[in-house]
Amino acid sequence: MTAMCDVAFLLLSFFILTTKFKPAEAISVTTPNSVSSKVAPEKDVTLVTITKDGKVFISLDNESVKEELANQLNASKGAGLSPADIKAFRKASFYGSPVSQLKSFLAIPSDQLKGDALPGIPARDTTNNEVIDWMRSIVTAHANLNEKMNLIVKGDNLAKYPQFKNVITAFKKADQFKFQMITNPEGIPSGTDLWRKFMKGEKIEQ
Amino acid sequence: MAEMDTSGGGHHKKRPGVKKSKKQSTRVDLTPMVDLGFLLITFFIFTTTMSQPTAMKLFLPKDTDKPEEQNKAKESGALTLLLGSNSAVYYYEGQLAVDAGQNNFKSSTMKQIRDIIIDKKRRTPEKDLVIVIKPSNNASYKDVVDILDEMTINDIKRYALVDILDIESDLIKATEGASGAPK
Repeated sequence: MTAMCDVAFLLLSFFILTTKFKPAEAISVTTPNSVSSKVAPEKDVTLVTITKDGKVFISLDNESVKEELANQLNASKGAGLSPADIKAFRKASFYGSPVSQLKSFLAIPSDQLKGDALPGIPARDTTNNEVIDWMRSIVTAHANLNEKMNLIVKGDNLAKYPQFKNVITAFKKADQFKFQMITNPEGIPSGTDLWRKFMKGEKIEQ
Repeated sequence: MAEMDTSGGGHHKKRPGVKKSKKQSTRVDLTPMVDLGFLLITFFIFTTTMSQPTAMKLFLPKDTDKPEEQNKAKESGALTLLLGSNSAVYYYEGQLAVDAGQNNFKSSTMKQIRDIIIDKKRRTPEKDLVIVIKPSNNASYKDVVDILDEMTINDIKRYALVDILDIESDLIKATEGASGAPK
């Protein structure tokens, strides 16, 4: 009885300490580490995901902004979304297709949305960088609704720099000069200047 | 629940005149331990933070064509880091000079670059120090984040993410080809 009780408690504590809550994601991305301890914002987020094959996906969390974004894409890019499509656009968790294929992308049921099979938003070269159009529309949509905008990049470790650069270029073109990159927290290496600052108790700006 | 029966099964019948056995029971009452265990478990459940991702900030400079609006960097205080493939880092101080007489293009790795940054920081007045980061097309996103993280770690105030020049990417190609680094 005692031994069993011990083992049960050990297992219980082990599972409690090692549990990580991670919802199943349609796009799998392994983020790099950084010493930053600032928690990523969770509201009013515009998330640009770069997968390891260099595909770019965009997701937003605010549904009214999404609707406005659909209208913007209709107006500026001729996406040709019907009111029913816009409804689907509102519900979509992320977008990952060229604007021309957006209609068929929205028709895919959400349980079949897998990042590997989707084309992603074209950002492979500088001549056909649709992220620029997306970013401009997103910025306009946010401005029209007077919403705050948190721009976040979530890149995979293995993503190559050119894709990241194209995304940054798109940010610049849309006059967004401030963004954040999602990372996993890691300890500050000892003996470095930041570590010394940290030990002195100074505020660390990031 | 976890209370132990310490009466010994109840088959000792008390008979008058028979002295009660002095043998002490080896069973222990587990209730306090179980209580403590559950207390700890509740404590951990309440204090566990679900793995929350962090975010590092990056400010981009505005692209400008006018030379008077561009930030000038003192040559003596500039350190340029070039990111190659497979976490290789190349660097030079001041202007790139690859002639027959002099060569300040050196190679390093992501792990060793910290010492070079620290060394440069110690030798340079703080207001002159500027680090220019130029990732090549083979650099991975992880390398870029890592090198930006190095800036935070080493408390570098001025750094910039800049596009690589052709001559520099050619140099990296030549070096990586020569050292046989896998592409």
